[in-house]
Amino acid sequence: MASRGIRDQVAIVGMGCTAFGERWDRGTDELLTEAATQCLASADVALADVDAFWLGTMGSGQSGLTLSKPLKIDYKPVSRLENYCATGSEAFRNSCYAVACGAYDLAMAIGVEKLKDSGYSGLTGIRQVGDGTNPTLSSPAAFSFIVPAYAEKYGVDPEQLKEVLSRIAWKNHANGARNERAQFRKEVSLETIAASPLVAGALGVFDCSGVSDGAAAALVCRAEDAHRYTDAPLYVKGLSFVAGPAAGAIDPSYDYTTFEEVVRAAADAYHQAGIVDPRAELAMAEVHDCFTPTELVLMEDLGFAERGAAWKDVLAGTFDRDGELPVNPDGGLKSFGHPIGASGLRMLFECWLQLRRQAPPERQIATVTEGGRSLGLTHNLGGGPGECVSFVGIVGSEPSA
Amino acid sequence: MTAGIVAWGVYLPHWRLERSAISAELGVAAGQGRRSVASYDEDAITMAVEAARRALRGPRPYEPAQLLFSTPAPVYLDKTNATTLHAALGLSPRVGAYDLVGSVRSGWAAMAQAAMVSSHVPTMAVVSDLRSGLAGSVDEIHGGDGAAALLFGPEGAVAEILGRASVTEEVLDRWRVPGESASRLWEERFGEEVYVPLASQVCSAALADAGLAPGDVDRLIVTGLHARAVRSAARRLGVPAKRIADCRLDTVGNLGAAQAGFCLADALEQADPGQVLVLVSLADGADAVVLRTTASLLEAQRARHDGGVAPVAALAAGGDVVSYATFATWRGRLLREPPRRPDPERPDAPAMWRREAWKYGFTASRCCQCGFRHLPPTQTCLKCHAVGSMEPERLADVAGTVATYTVDHLSFSLSPPVVGAVIDFDGGGRYRGEMTDVDPGALRIGTRVEMAFRCVSVAQGVHNYFWKARPMAQGANRAMEGASHGE
Repeated sequence: MASRGIRDQVAIVGMGCTAFGERWDRGTDELLTEAATQCLASADVALADVDAFWLGTMGSGQSGLTLSKPLKIDYKPVSRLENYCATGSEAFRNSCYAVACGAYDLAMAIGVEKLKDSGYSGLTGIRQVGDGTNPTLSSPAAFSFIVPAYAEKYGVDPEQLKEVLSRIAWKNHANGARNERAQFRKEVSLETIAASPLVAGALGVFDCSGVSDGAAAALVCRAEDAHRYTDAPLYVKGLSFVAGPAAGAIDPSYDYTTFEEVVRAAADAYHQAGIVDPRAELAMAEVHDCFTPTELVLMEDLGFAERGAAWKDVLAGTFDRDGELPVNPDGGLKSFGHPIGASGLRMLFECWLQLRRQAPPERQIATVTEGGRSLGLTHNLGGGPGECVSFVGIVGSEPSA
Repeated sequence: MTAGIVAWGVYLPHWRLERSAISAELGVAAGQGRRSVASYDEDAITMAVEAARRALRGPRPYEPAQLLFSTPAPVYLDKTNATTLHAALGLSPRVGAYDLVGSVRSGWAAMAQAAMVSSHVPTMAVVSDLRSGLAGSVDEIHGGDGAAALLFGPEGAVAEILGRASVTEEVLDRWRVPGESASRLWEERFGEEVYVPLASQVCSAALADAGLAPGDVDRLIVTGLHARAVRSAARRLGVPAKRIADCRLDTVGNLGAAQAGFCLADALEQADPGQVLVLVSLADGADAVVLRTTASLLEAQRARHDGGVAPVAALAAGGDVVSYATFATWRGRLLREPPRRPDPERPDAPAMWRREAWKYGFTASRCCQCGFRHLPPTQTCLKCHAVGSMEPERLADVAGTVATYTVDHLSFSLSPPVVGAVIDFDGGGRYRGEMTDVDPGALRIGTRVEMAFRCVSVAQGVHNYFWKARPMAQGANRAMEGASHGE
């Protein structure tokens, strides 16, 4: 029994991604159509050429009909799935396995979320039957538990830590300002970020990702067929997904400074991809910066920084667009908001642009153009500290020797 | 082998409203002092649970075999309110739990009935009240919120009943129709004329029943919502003024139906063995009881102290002050703009029923194989993965420590912000939940907390009860820790 992975067996040959934001004029149907059309065009294939579909959405539609009706798909399999904030990445992961095993030749993974129609601030869960004892804390509140715990464990002064968190938001907004698809396209000063009204704990408005609408899609086929569609495919190196026993929520030994699910998913993905030193080998990473302390802890959980040292790397600019390992060069959830079903595929879209040197010059990363690195990582986590699911995927522009 | 009152418990909310704040906001002469104020997540049931928990804490000769709950502010009609208390206290299913709700006088009935049947059936009477009224009314200014619990039993009494008397009068001095939150009062002079003679009548009759005279009384307690009649009556019962109990109207307010039980508990904490106490209540007539404290009182007083139960005097001193606007919001009279978040959801009856021990009793499960404690209770052990090998463990009275915390400005609450914390319990177990009665600025990793039964939300009329953590009262700390180590 082992997680063997499907390294270099599957290739991404086309992608599409809508602009993310307050798309008052677009419904779920229109967002899906826009992403799918872009994706098909990028690989120069027709809808009829796609053999099967995986649709990820948390709450913007149920069943495969959510996709087959607006696209007018002629009697093909459409799986609809949900896995919290990793929903988009899960659509991608499952479509990869379908082509890897030979069941289909060409598959589409597509994710969508239409959040703005609800009128609520932040994300909301789906109602479940219950005894009324589940805590009613909001997502920012759950993630803000990290802040005092991290400060206490590593002896970081709370004001210093606030500066670290602000710098993460500042970096991601600076990247998003250079991305035409982002929801927020303005740089925000450190002072503005630090002084923003508090939402939960130490987290101000600018420490939280926004609420937006969006969709993104990818076409996958077996690696040996990739060049029928494109000269520059991306190869799937590793796909890992983990759901844990939710230990941190009930185990006093959990200290709220790590996501065990992420540590496990990363180890599995690196093993599948043959990565030993992610900080040195990856050209970039798109991580789930739902809140600034999440990104801070992820730097340690994904092996980009030593335990207790990520805050120093953040201040040193290690994860800036021009740093040693660019993290969220497209602007992240911070600049894009988090349309749940779409986010994982939106991250993959940035790898698609950056690793193939097709990102706009104002944000093309040098680790690819000058550093000669070819691997990108995408990551999601859904739930909260102590109780979450996590996805880690690795893609690369070069097939292994 | 003395029958009578075996144990007592009092609960007063943390919050106080200064009467000067009422004066300032409404431009009325509200006078001096302060009143107790139930928090936004408290009601007659939650306060009753807290009073009963205090009565049941520490050593006692036996469990109650019957529970009588009375309040003029019931949460439900048709559905029994006492069953929620019963579940929150973790009492045996064989313990009968019944309501006597509606009128102020029902509070006396609960205590009197408990006393009468206690030689056969140990019975606990719990009386709870929230006094409110129209803005600037006597009830709003001089009322108070709180609860009292008295356990009566066939032996081991701290106070025995020597005599009693009642007189009933059909009189319209105050009234409130179902659905209204404020009572209407007849002219004050009228009630005084009616009540004062009734008070003399029952007091004399009760003392005669006991074979005593007014001069034998060590402590006279006269209670009732008609303040003028109460003052006047107390002066005319032949008991010297220095032996008339102070009902703490200046610091707590008039607890209405709960006032008699509250004042009696207060007197028991201050009394010496062998003293005669007379309790008179004026409501739709008059009721009186004559009690004599026993030698067991000292032991009970000591046990409460050692058990970390805060004395009435400390509770009456009170916690933090709220503004008039906050008070009005908490009582639902000032509707505030909610956050742009979903409204609270109604919990589902089958799930609540299935999970009664957890939801109401805060009962966790401990793995019989490896000892790991799970909150909420689960079938499968996190540590050793044993399935179905769990024993229930009630943690409502176990103290805990804050592992990390947050202040949530986004979630819906009648009194934002919501304060969330991860609590690690003494002896194992972790739970993430809400805190209450807390100053977020004073919260730290390591803050010691205890659990409190609260109403988390109301949706479609369903009152969603569960437990929250609150900072442990000063002085209770050491005793609670001792108690938890002893389990």
